[in-house]
Amino acid sequence: MKKSKILMIVGSLLLLGLFVFPLWNITLEAPQYPIPLGMDIHINKFVDTHEFDIKNINLMNHYVGMQNIPETIPEFKIFPIVIGAMVVLGVIIGFLGNHKLFLAWFVLMCILGTAGMYDFYLWEYNYGHNLSPKAIMNFKNPDGSVMGFQPPLFGSKDILNFTAHSYPRLGAYFLFVGMILTLVAFIVGKKEKKA
Amino acid sequence: MKTIFKSLLVITVLSMVLGSCGKGDSKKNGALSSNAAEKVYVAPGEYDEFYAFVSGGFSGQLAVYGLPSGRLFKVIPVFSVDAEKAYGFNEETKPMLNTSHGFIPWDDSHHPDISQTAGELDGRFVFINGNNTPRIAKIDLTTFETTEIIEIPNSAGNHSSSFVTENTEYVVAGTRFSVPYPQKDMPINEYKGNFKGALTFIAVDPKDGGMNIKFQLMMPGFNYDLSHPGRGASHGWFFFTTYNTEEANSLLEVNASQNDKDYIAAINWKKIEEYVNNGGGTKAPTKYAHNVYKDETHSATSTIKEEVLIINPSDVPGAIYFMPTPKSPHGCDVDPSGEYIVGSGKLAAELTVHSFSKMLKAIDEKKFDGDAYGIPILQYEATLAGAVKQPGLGPLHTEFDGKGNAYTTFFISSEVVKWKLGTWEVIDRKPVFYSVGHLMIPGGNSRKPFGKYLVAMNKITKDRYLPTGPEVTQSAQLFDISGDKMEMLLDFPTIGEPHYAAGIPANLIVPKSKKIYKLEENKHPYATKSEAAAKVVRKGNEVHVYMTMIRSHFAPDNIEGIQVGDKVYFHVTNLEQDYDVPHGFAVIGAQTSELLIMPGQTETNIWEPKQVGVWPFYCTDFCSALHQEMQGYIRVSPKGSNVPLTYTLDGDAVDAE
Repeated sequence: MKKSKILMIVGSLLLLGLFVFPLWNITLEAPQYPIPLGMDIHINKFVDTHEFDIKNINLMNHYVGMQNIPETIPEFKIFPIVIGAMVVLGVIIGFLGNHKLFLAWFVLMCILGTAGMYDFYLWEYNYGHNLSPKAIMNFKNPDGSVMGFQPPLFGSKDILNFTAHSYPRLGAYFLFVGMILTLVAFIVGKKEKKA
Repeated sequence: MKTIFKSLLVITVLSMVLGSCGKGDSKKNGALSSNAAEKVYVAPGEYDEFYAFVSGGFSGQLAVYGLPSGRLFKVIPVFSVDAEKAYGFNEETKPMLNTSHGFIPWDDSHHPDISQTAGELDGRFVFINGNNTPRIAKIDLTTFETTEIIEIPNSAGNHSSSFVTENTEYVVAGTRFSVPYPQKDMPINEYKGNFKGALTFIAVDPKDGGMNIKFQLMMPGFNYDLSHPGRGASHGWFFFTTYNTEEANSLLEVNASQNDKDYIAAINWKKIEEYVNNGGGTKAPTKYAHNVYKDETHSATSTIKEEVLIINPSDVPGAIYFMPTPKSPHGCDVDPSGEYIVGSGKLAAELTVHSFSKMLKAIDEKKFDGDAYGIPILQYEATLAGAVKQPGLGPLHTEFDGKGNAYTTFFISSEVVKWKLGTWEVIDRKPVFYSVGHLMIPGGNSRKPFGKYLVAMNKITKDRYLPTGPEVTQSAQLFDISGDKMEMLLDFPTIGEPHYAAGIPANLIVPKSKKIYKLEENKHPYATKSEAAAKVVRKGNEVHVYMTMIRSHFAPDNIEGIQVGDKVYFHVTNLEQDYDVPHGFAVIGAQTSELLIMPGQTETNIWEPKQVGVWPFYCTDFCSALHQEMQGYIRVSPKGSNVPLTYTLDGDAVDAE
């Protein structure tokens, strides 16, 4: 079998790692939490980093009027289907061996990934700004607007006494590496065609 | 603070000056001239190397300290009520203090001992004896709470207790004050020959640590003072010091000090166990309480047991011998190898050490010197391994460092003396302040001592601390014993009177320490696992409030329809599942204590309102930024009032069932 085909198939299959490992993680550090509170985001569920972390994040957040982190969100139904479909599609394309389709798959995956991140951002924004009117504590930004508590999409950010960290986890690395492999498959496939 | 820094600076400068004066001087200056401060300094946020479980003596409790810092972490309530933790006040723990004499709110706790496996500390449990109303308690070292108390029948002055055998097969309890057996109304001066001293062997379940009296050995009516198990070669034997072999019943300070020698009783418990397992012994009627606390229900139960298995020494020939030991021996300590048994004749001029192998040989060769109540007395010289000559005055207790050295306390000459096993030579002696009783080396009474520190527990402190009126603090002193000479590092105050202590490396306990109780595992019959399940139920004049607490409110927090004359049970569940977030509960006029409820736990307080009005309750443990808001009201109406029973949170009213 051609090298490019193998790369395309392996690259697509690597996405299956998302069904096992978390995609993203949000961790909250504070002086009162020498062991930080954390939440792993999978494509189909939220999971405590340490048992009861989500319950305790909710407890902290109720002081500033934030909603509880939901048990589940509609995305948890959609994401596994999309990822599953892309794996199947990728493998089929891999066997077909047309390197232009490899690129098309990669571009489609980039679009879907960006859409996913945007969706995540929207959820985060809502989570950080949809505050209860009866919030125990209200904080204002220096410009007078109501302070939000949106965790960063990527990176670290100080929010009151907490430092929030938002970084990819192992599942995301499977996704990234898989996607890069499909891009490499396209380049290799192109060279193979020329040769 | 500045003053402290200044004085530290002065001390540092002084120590430099003194240190340069010459080595002879610097040794006498002890802490000043060496780096003692550095050795006991545990930086903020750092951990101590050892836990020390120090008995609270007449406080009835057990204190947990860190070594080398001497910092107090916790006072574990054991035999005395503790209003701070609601121990003996809430409905869940009241049964823990039940006895055949009824509810007993106090005792005198003496000798903690840590459970062992293969002769080494395993860090599962601490056992400790209640001296006054004889009991043995077990503390679980995952929760640092008392989880079992067993009363010892036919015993009084439960002092030669609570020492464990090398695989925690048994925890042993011996009688200091012999009493009539069975108890009866009789003239006190007919003591001799009629009183008995029971030695109780409590089997410990290897799985869950459950205690159960396996048998009681009915010994002659001496005073059984202290004891320790054999280990290694002598595993299977237990040794008890005796005094008052004169069997005096009055003015014991004189009349029990007449015999030149008393005995160390050597008990082959394996042999007796075998006899019992083959159906031996006599079941005798008695009454004793067995109290067990379960983490799952967060509650204790008390059962009165009515039978105990009695063994008479004559039942098992060849299982019990007396080794003569000079002048009312107190401490009875076995070295890490199990070969040497040190008997501290507290009125003797020298320290007597018996040899286990010589004892076996003497038994074999029948080197007896008569008998006492049918129990063979071995010839003194036949079991003697050696004696430490001119060691000091008033020897009490000995511990070992695992490097061939023994350390003995001397009450009268107020010192700790280090001597060598085998050669019996004195290596070092250091004064203590003042009148030391027990001493403790972590693991010092096991096969594997951790010979780095020694804690001396003093009976008298006099001028060592800032005065606090006629009653001054009790204290312990820490020595570094890693070198040839002992070095005093630290004085630290203790609660009650520190009798004995048990030390253990922290790393054997820290990983097992529980952080929270899981709410889903809470099987308390009145647990309320969510706010939605909170309710108030009336049954005649009893009202049961199923209440929850979480940062920072109670549910319900407004209760109406209570009447004067009601008996209100607050069953309060802490819904938190986060480390170190307990909540407290207190209600005005309650004749009990507060409740202090750990995450996931349920506790119950009884409140019997006597006055009409609206009365507040609140959280007593500063739990959160909104702790001051964590409160509620309960409306009390006159008896027979038609105010309906309601309970609400934030105006959300639900009628009572």
